[in-house]
Amino acid sequence: MSSNDNDTAQERRQYITFLATGQEFAADIMTIREIRGWTDTTALPHVPDYVRGVINLRGMVLPVIDLKARLGLGLTEATAKHVIIVVNSGERTIGLLVDAVSDILTVSRNEIQSVPDVMRESQNDYVEGIAVLDGRMVTLLGMTKLTSSFSGAGDMFVENAA
Amino acid sequence: MDPMEAIKQTYFQECDELLLAMEEGLIAMETGEADSETINAVFRAVHSIKGGGGAFGFEILVGFSHVFETAMDLVRSGKLDPTPDVVKVLLRAGDKLSDHVAAARNGTGAAVDDAEVKAELAKLTGEEPEDAGAPAPAEFEGLAFAPVMIDIGDEEPVAPPCPVWHVRFGPHAALYAKANEPYLLIRELGMLGPIEVTADLSKLPELSALEPEQAYFSWDVVVRDCPDRTKVEEVFEFVSGDCDLEITEETPEPAAAPAMISAPGLPSLDDDEPAAMPAAEAQPEEKKVATPTETKATTVDVIKQTIRVDLDKVDRLVNLVGELVITQAMLSQRILDSVQQGQTVSAGLGELEHLLRELQEAVMAIRTQPVKSVFQRMPRLVRETAAQTGKEVRLEIEGEATEVDKTVIERLGEPLTHMIRNAVDHGLETPEERVAAGKPAEGTVKLSAEHRGGRIVIEVADDGRGINRTKVRQKAIERGLITPNSNLSDEEIDNLIFLPGFSTATTVSNISGRGVGLDVVRRNIMDLGGRITIGSNTGKGSKFSLTLPLTLAVLDGMIVAVGEQTFVLPLSHIIESLLPKSSDVKAFGSNGMLLNVRGVYVPLVSVGRLLRVPGASYDLQNSVVILVESEGVGRMALAVDAIVGQRQVVIKSFESNIGHIDGIAAATILGDGRVALILDIDGLVAGCREGTGGRPTEYQQALGA
Repeated sequence: MSSNDNDTAQERRQYITFLATGQEFAADIMTIREIRGWTDTTALPHVPDYVRGVINLRGMVLPVIDLKARLGLGLTEATAKHVIIVVNSGERTIGLLVDAVSDILTVSRNEIQSVPDVMRESQNDYVEGIAVLDGRMVTLLGMTKLTSSFSGAGDMFVENAA
Repeated sequence: MDPMEAIKQTYFQECDELLLAMEEGLIAMETGEADSETINAVFRAVHSIKGGGGAFGFEILVGFSHVFETAMDLVRSGKLDPTPDVVKVLLRAGDKLSDHVAAARNGTGAAVDDAEVKAELAKLTGEEPEDAGAPAPAEFEGLAFAPVMIDIGDEEPVAPPCPVWHVRFGPHAALYAKANEPYLLIRELGMLGPIEVTADLSKLPELSALEPEQAYFSWDVVVRDCPDRTKVEEVFEFVSGDCDLEITEETPEPAAAPAMISAPGLPSLDDDEPAAMPAAEAQPEEKKVATPTETKATTVDVIKQTIRVDLDKVDRLVNLVGELVITQAMLSQRILDSVQQGQTVSAGLGELEHLLRELQEAVMAIRTQPVKSVFQRMPRLVRETAAQTGKEVRLEIEGEATEVDKTVIERLGEPLTHMIRNAVDHGLETPEERVAAGKPAEGTVKLSAEHRGGRIVIEVADDGRGINRTKVRQKAIERGLITPNSNLSDEEIDNLIFLPGFSTATTVSNISGRGVGLDVVRRNIMDLGGRITIGSNTGKGSKFSLTLPLTLAVLDGMIVAVGEQTFVLPLSHIIESLLPKSSDVKAFGSNGMLLNVRGVYVPLVSVGRLLRVPGASYDLQNSVVILVESEGVGRMALAVDAIVGQRQVVIKSFESNIGHIDGIAAATILGDGRVALILDIDGLVAGCREGTGGRPTEYQQALGA
């Protein structure tokens, strides 16, 4: 994440932070449509394990992605205390399964560090940067990238499943 | 969009409606059911198309509609008897007119070859009324007359010495709504020559019943000394759609005297009006003009107001109401579970459910349309196909008011076109053959629609020769579709014609003459969740029956349980369900299974295995087998754990959020609020073929095989 000039460096955005696998993540508040408790999903066939299935969100069939599994850290043991963050970015709406929602943060551009090179390429894709606030480190997730990595999902899912 | 372009779009939309109205009227004339109002409606339609076309400079369109209009005008004024031959020419002119409109819309301009029809029309207008019934076949050779006749047609109104025009002008409420002023129109008439104006106040109700925005007045205007009819018409050019307008011509005869004679006919006009004012002075109108019909038509026009709504908005409404129904079901389930003696609660819940169902039906009804819009295109198709094949065909249409979802209607056109062509081309014999077989030379194709058990049934029946089973069988053997020694029932032979590869057509678009691809028809119908069957009676004709769901938003499904999950199988694909015996299941190849269904072996696939459903039982003893049929591979047996029930489910697509998943068509939400997946039989089959799933080794173990 590079800041080009002072104006954008001062630009402040609000993030919702949430916990998964003990780490703190954040997503742009504008992409979050709602937050709801975990409900049992209907599993989908031929999909990678991080797609936990679909739920009924007031008539919309919403796919739920397990963030922990998406990061390659194994499936979340979902309980009623777990939370589904409904993310709307671009044309897709998905649910993100996380442990808990913690905070709303206001972060300005110059507080955001770019992703260290040592991180895996694939994670680089949807990690926008790292914000350091009062000694806390928050990973900023780019929701558009995170959800769009499902584009052409059908084919990808089948390949993964086969 | 460029504003002019937008107006043009509106014009073409109106043209579509006008063309429909015109076609409808012409067909009524053909069957002899037309009254003067119908004929007027046809005239007005042609006139409005011409008027609008003129404004946009579609000169070819205007030129043609002018000739057409002149002919219609003669029919309307009783100078030309609408004999069957005349109506035939008019019908063909109608076809050409819609071609012209289409050409103007596409901007291709001169592409329509209308010379022949134009010549025939000109011939009609050029002849004396008594001779108008000259047989149409003679007119086919009348091509050379064309230019002369058009001229005569144009100058026809000039011939008599200054006619008197009786204009009956009855504005609709819409005319006022568009800020038109009858006074100005009448004043304009006055500029054409001396006029006498009589106001007809007979429709004016009592003050208490008066609706301020309704139109009650009409006027009779006598225009003298105006040689040209079109001048009179031009005055009303911009309001012609919003009023009842009748212009009749009277060659100089005393006009005032007979005025009272037609007056006795008028009181009937007020039958349904409480305050019948004494019939105002009426003008002599043509004897054929039925005033009561006209009044009725006016009121119908006023009541049947429509608005154009963006389909997305309607869809949203449909969705929301669907949600409401589901939420209501969930809530009442939970409330009734928790409240034991809650009788008052349950009554209220029942009421709510009732209301919601009604609301849902009402909202769904917004999306429905009469099948008329598709059926309306068929008469022309029959005429053209009949002309191409040299057959005489009469099309009977029944139940065109049957309503079905717009999306179904949109996709009904193509299969119906195929089937009608097929009926005319293959089903019916040539006139000579028919006469030889002791049938009337004119064949009949009957197209009907009706609602039956929550579905729409459309039938295309002909009274032709029926299916020649020996020939069909022969052809099927030639094409390797069946083996020479297969033993098929009559019904099975009839259904062979739906097999891909049976038709001689090389491409889907090749529907011109022979070899209509009935397999394509069947695929189209199956895609809509429908079924098609054929019944045939040698020598007496054949009948295609289509059953279709009323809407694509809901689907008749069989709910099945597999492991921890619930799936929905589209009912249209299901043939039967059965409990197989272990002895009927045979291992096939390395990991395939076949099920013996009354002597026929079909592939057996476990849904749980194929879709890797957690907790699915692989014990054949506890499985139910559902026999399904798919376009791709034919029959297949699906093993599930249990059948839960059968119900209509609302289809929810999730492709925009997830993408396509093989074997899953869509999802739905069940009464308990959970999502259930709707299986896509073709996709499942494809999955089996690729061997990505379906390794029913557990079955083999269960069998001890």
